Amino acid sequence: MTTVLAVCEQRDGALRKVSSEVVTGARRIADALGAEVEALVLGSGPATGADQLGGFGADRVVTLTGDGFGTYAPEGYAKAVADRAKGGQAVAAAVVCAASAQGRDLAPRIAARLGTGLAADVTDVTVEGGALIAIRPVYAGKALLKVKLTGKPAVLSLRPNVFTPVQRPKAGTASTVAANAPAGRVTVKEIKAAEAGALDVAEAPIVISGGRGLKEPANFKILEDLAHAFGGRAAVGASRAVVDAGWRPHADQVGQTGKTVSPTLYVAVGISGAIQHLAGMRTSKVIVAINKDKDAPIFKVADYGVVGDLFEIVPALTAAVKSHA
Amino acid sequence: MKIAVCIKRVADSETRVKVAADGKSLDDAGVKFILNPYDEFAVEEALQRKEKAGSGEVVVLALGGATSQETIRTALAMGADRGVLLQTDAIPADGFVTAQAITAELKAGGPWDLVLFGKMAIDDYNSQVGPMVAELLDLPCVTAVSHLTIEGGTATAEREIEGAVEVVQCQVPAVITTDKGINEPRYPALKGIMAAKKKPLEVKPVSLGGGAIEVLGMVPPAARKEGRIVGEGAAAVPELVKLLREEAKVL
Repeated sequence: MTTVLAVCEQRDGALRKVSSEVVTGARRIADALGAEVEALVLGSGPATGADQLGGFGADRVVTLTGDGFGTYAPEGYAKAVADRAKGGQAVAAAVVCAASAQGRDLAPRIAARLGTGLAADVTDVTVEGGALIAIRPVYAGKALLKVKLTGKPAVLSLRPNVFTPVQRPKAGTASTVAANAPAGRVTVKEIKAAEAGALDVAEAPIVISGGRGLKEPANFKILEDLAHAFGGRAAVGASRAVVDAGWRPHADQVGQTGKTVSPTLYVAVGISGAIQHLAGMRTSKVIVAINKDKDAPIFKVADYGVVGDLFEIVPALTAAVKSHA
Repeated sequence: MKIAVCIKRVADSETRVKVAADGKSLDDAGVKFILNPYDEFAVEEALQRKEKAGSGEVVVLALGGATSQETIRTALAMGADRGVLLQTDAIPADGFVTAQAITAELKAGGPWDLVLFGKMAIDDYNSQVGPMVAELLDLPCVTAVSHLTIEGGTATAEREIEGAVEVVQCQVPAVITTDKGINEPRYPALKGIMAAKKKPLEVKPVSLGGGAIEVLGMVPPAARKEGRIVGEGAAAVPELVKLLREEAKVL
């Protein structure tokens, strides 16, 4: 039986949430092709949480180990996955990665090693007549490209937070295989973590973003208060204008020259909604806009808008969220 | 210091996107085209490295239609020394096809001390040609670099990952793809614009294979369900929370 490989992600020996999304996407493809899902975890040993992957539809969980695989080893990981994709009884039907920071680096290398193309940042995938059909946003999300993947294997990366993990229990048998791949010439020396426990805007289920309307950097405190009211599920983002002004770090920027986010709830506070910003958040499931200008473009994409003074509205929202928590 | 910078001509993100008659591509009538913003960082980085070294050559390489010559001239106006256009009718949908063509040219024109790309093009969001070229050239590669130092043949690069910054090292020659933060790209000065007109720009027609990504169609995104203004001021908050809880079911 042919295989769909789901390339999972771990950091510090713990599986990252995006892995369950990748396995969910791989399961969908495998069901349509009559294939099995093999979840690949690369690391120095089995990762915490890998035993959960059977729940999302992995028939097998294979940990590929190697010297220097504890942290991301771009060349070693790429070789190990590419070897696995062509090394079984048959070439894998598809290799599914996450379009995360790591996946954006890794997936092109895997595709190149397999001598084929990559459909990157995919937001939907179906199988028609045995071929993978993927949808991917282009032109700052103003158009969707529908592409057919004709590569053997097909290689694709999935936009994080779009493929909601679905429980599809399979055997999830676990094994560990030593990859015949040196870590390679590119090595991670250090991971400088942000504030402990801080969620990244690209991964948080709730994102509260602020723009020029906040008037000065210290006022982001009211957004942080609102984020805290959601009890560790929310991250604070920022528009390009306030990042360029030095109010907030680039890591928090949502938009074309920042991060693309698809949270369950996106709250835009004092953000007018330039196209570059919309490019980074328009696939959010629910969008709330708070702005004093009722004609601001952000209201065109918002599901719910509140017009008025954000310095009154946001604290009231924080209090309401807290009282319901 | 001999540096290659691979650039792309892209539609400005302010552009109104209209699907062409073929149903698969952008109708470029009235569209403003620019040097891909992430590639500006790559050009600037090359210029700064050459200036620091005191000598060297910065070569810009683009793949695209004849109009990409304008884009190459922009990079030449910033200060690059010469340009090469791999001229094609259309930019392939499969980044690997582009990567193969660029690799062939880089091999013919090399060796290089550094090969730079922007981390992605703002039109197709592929973010893949740089690392693919690195694999094909068998060079080490760091992508999406927001800070770069090179000392004694070792490149130390920072790249943003979720909730952290990854510090990555490799030897040069290497392929680096640039992210915002690595530098502040210069604007071409009038003198540079004049000088760019006289700089060498070689046009090489290339014919490309089909690749493994076939475009079936391009459509506008589904319109978001019409939103509504819940109300004005703090008085609207209870209604907003109710809607988020009961209608949107996100709280």
